[in-house]
Amino acid sequence: MHPAPSLPLRRRAVPIVGALLLAAIASLLVAGMTGSIAVAPSELPAALGQVLRGRPDSLAATLLELRAGRALTAFVTGGALALAGVMMQALLRNPLADPYVLGISAGASVGALLALLLMCAAATVDAAALAGAVAVSMLLYFFARRDMRGGVALDGGASMLLLTGVILSSGCMAMVTLMLSIAPEGRLRSMVFWMIGDLAGAPLRPMPWIVLGAGLLYALRSARAMNVVALHADAAATLGIRVGALRKGLFFVSGVLTASAVTSAGSIGFVGLIIPHACRFAFGPDHRVLIPAAVLGGGGFLVLCDTLARTVVAPTQLPVGAITALIGAPVFLYQLHRLRK
Amino acid sequence: MIRTRQLALAAGGRTLVQGLDWQVEAGECWSIIGRNGAGKSTLMRTLAGLRAPDAGSVEIDGRPLPGWPLEDLARRRAYLAQSRSDAFAYSVIETVLSARHPYHGRRYWEGSDDHAAAMAALTAMEAAHLAARDVRTLSGGERQRVAIAALLAQDTPLLLLDEPANALDLAHQVQVMGLLARLCREQDKTVVMIGHDLTLAHAISTHALLLMGDGRWHAGAVHDAMQATLLSDYLGHPIETIDHGGRRIFIPLEANHD
Repeated sequence: MHPAPSLPLRRRAVPIVGALLLAAIASLLVAGMTGSIAVAPSELPAALGQVLRGRPDSLAATLLELRAGRALTAFVTGGALALAGVMMQALLRNPLADPYVLGISAGASVGALLALLLMCAAATVDAAALAGAVAVSMLLYFFARRDMRGGVALDGGASMLLLTGVILSSGCMAMVTLMLSIAPEGRLRSMVFWMIGDLAGAPLRPMPWIVLGAGLLYALRSARAMNVVALHADAAATLGIRVGALRKGLFFVSGVLTASAVTSAGSIGFVGLIIPHACRFAFGPDHRVLIPAAVLGGGGFLVLCDTLARTVVAPTQLPVGAITALIGAPVFLYQLHRLRK
Repeated sequence: MIRTRQLALAAGGRTLVQGLDWQVEAGECWSIIGRNGAGKSTLMRTLAGLRAPDAGSVEIDGRPLPGWPLEDLARRRAYLAQSRSDAFAYSVIETVLSARHPYHGRRYWEGSDDHAAAMAALTAMEAAHLAARDVRTLSGGERQRVAIAALLAQDTPLLLLDEPANALDLAHQVQVMGLLARLCREQDKTVVMIGHDLTLAHAISTHALLLMGDGRWHAGAVHDAMQATLLSDYLGHPIETIDHGGRRIFIPLEANHD
């Protein structure tokens, strides 16, 4: 449905990725400037310089530093979710797959909610979320390792991986419901916020950046192979693709990306689904452009959503997952409608 | 070019092919003929390396398939699957360019020679005007021609085609078959294909492999393998032949409808 390529994609790649990079930087600046006390654009260069030198002296610089941590966490989370979505869609050959479809985030929810129920410290909650995500991934791999080999078609509704994922996901959600129903009133709010996905109090850590960087590197190196598999399914092997190895790689890397994102921000919905969709819609399905575009787009989108979440009914802070879903659902419906026309 | 040694294939607990010792030389054009479920596609997938044989081995250029690096093999043989499903909105030219993958090595983008090869393949399949179209909007026959164009763009000496005439209209069936025959004759390519049109297969093939579906098989030159009695036996339906203007026409006997 994308416009007929008048220029080869190779020539369009640099302007597309460049424009998205600028948009991502702009979103970070907007996030730094907006809030209960706005930072004027004229103050920005000086304040930015102070933050970068590590000596925020002025009020603007202090505000910027405070907001930057949260905005950068939003960026890395959004980028990771969008990248995981692209990989999951290529793996399952289904544009409607998202990072949560296989239940990895549901596993993380079980871990995190259990920790919240037992009143654990924030670090324990994160660790428990990670443990839940890893446990579900291992179960998935154990049950569906047949699908990880080449020589089987991995699309349509009959894929063992997808079916196992959906069942594991609903099993985990049942445990989540159980925990929510027995949780005392006082802990319910934090548990619900975790479920929806919230960036308030998410600390800026190096690990998600390392995970995103490594995932991006893997994805870019496999971009051409992902195209061939997306087009030819298991027959990609006859074009020289090691389909089994690629499927395992996509499964593990998207699993780690998802686990990293939900661990730092809870299960934020829709980013992994609509960002790859929107990028495909705008730039075409070629993964060589889609991958960097989705990472930058997903990052920028979540930064803007989070800025909205903390300002729209300030001083009350909304969970960012509610904003992404509110924006995501109509955008997705619109795209779907345009596609079917 | 390609040979099998004591190859056995089984599916769903049934033995389809047993002890197949079969050799295909460069420049030959083989048709595989048999009933539904006789193991034609299973054999094709095994030859393409998508499925391991249940016994025996497949060799290309004297080297068993498991010993080939996949990327090297992709420059020796191309495979047309029986059906395909398109999940994403790739354009026709992107679809054909993807078949140039084995020539790209570590490069991120394809070169202009790849574009030239892809466009030449599309032109050969009378599909150049479709280049910018979304593959999901093509008709069945157009999609099939694009898939065959991708196969041509892969530019391999050995072509394995599972029902290349599928969904094609009469004119394009004849055109594709003529093209394949020409590739064998003029460029010394090797073609192995599955088809159900006996008359067309007879006109362009040099050899035929008949599969019974219970382990039995018969391989030979067309004049030997495509005899009416043998075909009637293998296809489970009486067949007559008529020689007309230098061509042999195969006619299935009508059942009595009264």
